[in-house]
Amino acid sequence: MTTTLYTSDHEWLAIDGDTATVGITDYAQQQLGDVVFVELPKVGRSLKKAEAAAVVESVKAASDVYAPISGEVVETNEALAAEPALVNSDAQGAAWFFKIKIADRSELGGLMDEAAYKAHTA
Amino acid sequence: MLAHNQDSLKRTPLHSLHVSLGGKMVPFAGYDMPVQYPAGVLKEHLHTRTQAGLFDVSHMGQIALRPKSGRIEDAARALERLVPQDIVAIAEGRQRYAQFTNAEGGILDDLMVANFGDHLFLVVNAACKDADEAHLRANLSDDCIIDSLADRALVALQGPKAEAVLAKFCTEAPAMKFMDAGPHEVAGIKCFVSRSGYTGEDGFEISVPASDAERLAKMLLDNPDVLPIGLGARDSLRLEAGLCLYGHDIDTETTPVEAALEWSVQKSRRSGGARAGGFPGAAKILAHFDGGASRRRVGLRAEGRAPVREGALLFADSAGGEPIGKVTSGGFGPSLSAPVAMGYVPVSLSALGTKLFAEVRGQRLPLAVAAMPFVKNTYKR
Repeated sequence: MTTTLYTSDHEWLAIDGDTATVGITDYAQQQLGDVVFVELPKVGRSLKKAEAAAVVESVKAASDVYAPISGEVVETNEALAAEPALVNSDAQGAAWFFKIKIADRSELGGLMDEAAYKAHTA
Repeated sequence: MLAHNQDSLKRTPLHSLHVSLGGKMVPFAGYDMPVQYPAGVLKEHLHTRTQAGLFDVSHMGQIALRPKSGRIEDAARALERLVPQDIVAIAEGRQRYAQFTNAEGGILDDLMVANFGDHLFLVVNAACKDADEAHLRANLSDDCIIDSLADRALVALQGPKAEAVLAKFCTEAPAMKFMDAGPHEVAGIKCFVSRSGYTGEDGFEISVPASDAERLAKMLLDNPDVLPIGLGARDSLRLEAGLCLYGHDIDTETTPVEAALEWSVQKSRRSGGARAGGFPGAAKILAHFDGGASRRRVGLRAEGRAPVREGALLFADSAGGEPIGKVTSGGFGPSLSAPVAMGYVPVSLSALGTKLFAEVRGQRLPLAVAAMPFVKNTYKR
């Protein structure tokens, strides 16, 4: 059973046990436009909440993706290196960015559920 | 997203058309302009390369220089006091690329100059147009009437289908060659048409009275081969074509020689030419022609897929050392599906194939000096 949470910076997290899968929201990919490059963190890197963790670039500009919570990167989505456009076609599915081992579950409390995120982007 | 104050932004005569077409409007050079339409930058770029795109460039300045004597050579000679180009030699119906230079040999703006028989027609950059007009008035008023054509819009129709599309409305269009320019009727509207553009593709720029602009744009867009194209793709197209963006790749600190624009300065204005010098900064610019400049604008291709953008510092080595130059334009080239950039490097590191490194987010990414244009141009010569 997974729960999906959202940040005000337009990242999503799917929580499954002590692991969170992180990506950017469909709203974010629409704002960015055509994604041409994604830079992912190295597996094993220890991220602090709100730290720049990944970069997503459109034809026009580069944008940081922030770590929504603290923890160690345990897996990254190598498919994005070969096919950055996945971010446009399936932002909240196949185009996940990285998986993180949740360091402090209390940080999840500050995140939004789907209804709150919808209101945030309305 | 920050809301911008739209009240302070100017609008082109095609503003409501952009909004109705779903254009994402952003402030640019004081205008509220479409950066992209629903198709998106990537599709707009590729569509222009394979079919045709329509660009609103009405924010650019259009200026007529009318000789007080009635003789076009007098206007041409007057303008030669401000640019290092041979303006006298521009035949009626032809256009030439030029730069306004300053006393230090830097570039105040780049522009197009066309000979329309009884006057010269200039197209200048939006951000510079007020300064350019003041510069012309301050320096050429004895010889010319400087007529700001603020009541005209300017659209560019670019791409391999541009000729076929325009031919339906302008029978003379197919016979025009690259850099031909003159008054022509388009769909019965009195326009100025040039066979030129800013994409590396064959195409046309059409100056049209503001009151007819929307009607003309809609007629061109009615053709299924034509998509409206925003500023995003305009920038990626010109970058792949190796064309300079004023204020980025050329500015008041760069001479035409440093900018690798020697081709645009005719022999008649260089040392030993019939009208050598006589333009602002001639001493420095001619010294660069005769003795070489120390740095040069070059094309850069990255080995990886990470775009290298404007402002990235360039290094000779993978670690250590001082920066040897800077990227002035860079991004992703949709037609190449790879990053492309241009920047300034020491002449000693400007040879094609020279390996360099660009610092991006603290890492040195390998790249190489590469020939421009990155995408072969398709001008109809």
